[in-house]
Amino acid sequence: MSIKVRIPAPLQKLTGNKVEVECSGSTIRELIDNLEKDYPGLKERFYDEKGKLRRFINVYVNEEDIRFLKKDETAVKDGDEVSIIPAIAGG
Amino acid sequence: MSLRDDQIERYSRQIILPNIGGKGQEKLLAAKVLIVGAGGLGSPAALYLASAGVGTLGIVDSDSVELNNLQRQILHTTMAVGMPKVESAKQRLEALNTDIKVLPYKIRLTSENISGIIKDYDIVVDGSDNFPTRYLVNDACVLLKKPLSHGGIFRFDGQAMTILPGKSACYRCLFQDPPPPGLAPSCREAGILGAVAGVIGVIQANEVLKFILGTGELLAGRLLVFNALDPSFRIVRVPRNKDCPICGENPTITELIDYEAFCNLRQKKDK
Repeated sequence: MSIKVRIPAPLQKLTGNKVEVECSGSTIRELIDNLEKDYPGLKERFYDEKGKLRRFINVYVNEEDIRFLKKDETAVKDGDEVSIIPAIAGG
Repeated sequence: MSLRDDQIERYSRQIILPNIGGKGQEKLLAAKVLIVGAGGLGSPAALYLASAGVGTLGIVDSDSVELNNLQRQILHTTMAVGMPKVESAKQRLEALNTDIKVLPYKIRLTSENISGIIKDYDIVVDGSDNFPTRYLVNDACVLLKKPLSHGGIFRFDGQAMTILPGKSACYRCLFQDPPPPGLAPSCREAGILGAVAGVIGVIQANEVLKFILGTGELLAGRLLVFNALDPSFRIVRVPRNKDCPICGENPTITELIDYEAFCNLRQKKDK
């Protein structure tokens, strides 16, 4: 099973500058756990110390924000595209 | 208001568009747009709005032009290094279009002064370069019900969204709080390709023009995400968040907040 994950500029340091990586999992939580195995340090960018999803970085399954689906229990399947979109401030 | 001959000539290539016409041009000339930041985003946005004949452009920036700005801040020239950005912007824009009025505000926006400035404008363009200003501008626009064109850039990435307070998602519906200082990318990482600023700033100008003209679809409730390397444009849906702290059902933010500045180049320079 393979899901494409779009990595935004601020996190590309953790993925060896890769803009897109492939990963697996049946929910976003599993996907993030698996991403952490391949790219250590990524998980803490999504979750705060209390294990809650951070409020300045969003995860989308295809076009939909998981906050309005089932948060990190949102299901993902083969062929889905997951985008990670953080707040960026440059101008 | 009726158009003069020189105005009909100047704007002829857009007046002939069916969605614009003489009526649309009159709307543009009567419009007042505030641009926050005369930098990488504000420069291209201001140039296209001025050339299209947006009659009043307010420009807010407290900085002066530096040589390292010129790689992306195309309003300013080498001759303008050392000059306040708002003065350099006014000269350039009024030379480009003698038809328009440019109002410079050489100040840093705060919770104290922002409302008095934006209240006179029809729409605001956020081209600022730091989170405290971005959240301040969003909150002020929501509280005063001013439409806002948001744009942000970082390295090869860009984002744009249009906010119609009370009707579409605001910036806090998208990202509820700014990142804490430790998690914001460090100043040293904050490189940017000039063309990325150009792409997003021009999209912001385009949103403002459509808003004034009342034509087409706005990026309201939708976030445009640009990556310059792929290259790709993606759009994700941004619903209004009923728990949004400023525009949700039970707002907890009822007055403006001055977040501590934590990542801008000024701090680095002062050290």
